[in-house]
Amino acid sequence: MTKLWVHAELQGGKPIAPTFELLTKARAVADEVEAVALGAGASDAVDELGRFGASRVFVSDDAVYDDYLALPATHAYEQLVSEHEPDGILFPLTYDSRDVAGRLSGRLGATLMSNVTDLSGPGKARTAIFGGRLDVDVELSGSPTLLVVRPKSFPAEPADAAGAPDKVTVDVELPDDVRKAKRIERHEEKQAGPKLEQARVVISGGRGLQEPGNFRLIEELAEAIGNAAVGATRAVVDAGWVPYSLQVGQTGTTVTPDVYIAVGISGATQHLVGMKGSKKIIAINKDEEAPIFQVADLAVVGDALKIVPELIEEVKARKG
Amino acid sequence: MNIVVCVKYIPDPNVPNEMDGKTLKREGVQGVLDPGDEYGVEAALQLKEQHGGEVTAVSMGPEGAIEAVRRALSMGADRGVLITDPALHGADALVTATVLAAAIARNPFDVVIAAVESTDGYTGTMPMTMAELLGVPQLTFVNEIVSSGDAFRVHRQTPEGYHVIECPTPLVLTVTAGINEPRYASFKGIMAAKKKPTETLSLADIGLTPEDVTVQQDVVDLHEVEESRETELVRGDDAVARIVDYLAEAKVI
Repeated sequence: MTKLWVHAELQGGKPIAPTFELLTKARAVADEVEAVALGAGASDAVDELGRFGASRVFVSDDAVYDDYLALPATHAYEQLVSEHEPDGILFPLTYDSRDVAGRLSGRLGATLMSNVTDLSGPGKARTAIFGGRLDVDVELSGSPTLLVVRPKSFPAEPADAAGAPDKVTVDVELPDDVRKAKRIERHEEKQAGPKLEQARVVISGGRGLQEPGNFRLIEELAEAIGNAAVGATRAVVDAGWVPYSLQVGQTGTTVTPDVYIAVGISGATQHLVGMKGSKKIIAINKDEEAPIFQVADLAVVGDALKIVPELIEEVKARKG
Repeated sequence: MNIVVCVKYIPDPNVPNEMDGKTLKREGVQGVLDPGDEYGVEAALQLKEQHGGEVTAVSMGPEGAIEAVRRALSMGADRGVLITDPALHGADALVTATVLAAAIARNPFDVVIAAVESTDGYTGTMPMTMAELLGVPQLTFVNEIVSSGDAFRVHRQTPEGYHVIECPTPLVLTVTAGINEPRYASFKGIMAAKKKPTETLSLADIGLTPEDVTVQQDVVDLHEVEESRETELVRGDDAVARIVDYLAEAKVI
């Protein structure tokens, strides 16, 4: 009997989308699937977690898990793991979950594998390297294993015959010293337009745009096409042209739109892994040798600064 | 303030990667200080400028990794430590964290700084594991240090903005690339670095045995991914019309 747990990260009181991808996958490779939800909204999430296959959900609605980074969750997991002995725990590759998984690895002496793109059980997982050119299969030993999985690696599908899950309230005495790294304020900028993860079309700009002012071409093209989100490479985010929220790639958002348009992007591994799952990829780059063309369906060799303004006019004309 | 900064020696990210069996090929590839770590070194130096104290650069890696430590010293760190041992070949994140924590814990510290992830491995959890093993809290994904001292107040990057986090020292801090503009190593700095103290330590020197660094992961297979896309190439005057047709075919306009 293999037992997999899924860490249900809560944002705004709800499990984030990758939770359901992980539950779907866990169902396919384990005999028992359970979820752990810690923080405000946990109890309300139980039914939905059950719908995606969790037979039991460990919950605590205590805000301490939202207010303090990593330490309270690590403490709770330590006790839950020793009581219930899961064979593996799946985490989504997000900041908050990385914090907990990394910490837990040290607490339990449990091995951790990151950037997982597939798994066939708690002890067998796959990752992709070199921008997805190589698949690497890894065997892990010890229990539990900690697998940190890239979002959008699997579809999220409700279970066929899911009964209501058992709800188990987490009863853990938290010592005072877990209250250290405290969230004082939250500043979230709501982006206009569709979200990167949900848009049918994503248009991203890179260094090939040459200067920050030219990034508006990406925004104008998105506006002309409609229902399109704007993204960027790590290079231009690091350079301060646009906020991190726009970053597409390994350390940013993973996107799988119907059409992805890469403008002035050379195609570093970091970027490719975040967008190569797109249905159709159009790349515009001056350099015919750019790695981005290896994943492109339509490779446009030319100067983005000349092509994009014409493209905006042509799209507007075509849409009438 | 006693400041430790973790630095990693990686194959030059500008050279295409190759495998050597089941680990990344390092021989014959020029190694460099991970560019992501320059932000950590800069953050450490700025803390020292504000509070006084000392900056120690710590690395785990092959013998050549002393180059990454020297680079940090050239930028202005005061002393360097490299842990190198044949038993560490193929180390995973837990082993790396175990080794760095053991080396760092030998001396009192106020803050240990690391990049949010390495440019070659991208595991992105090592600093948190290290924080746990050091028994201190973590302030992660930091893109601004608002204030520092006995407690730190920072901006922690989130997908849609940032959170303000406060935490007492000692702590582990991970910094994003956006946090600062790393200084260049000046000629004077490079010359001065040659005289700065560096220690090269084995596992035994930091009180660990080979059993303490058993890797619980094994690469069992590697294979190339078949690329299923057929690429259509366009250039010149036809490009714009072709893109618009393509968007129409995909029914997004």
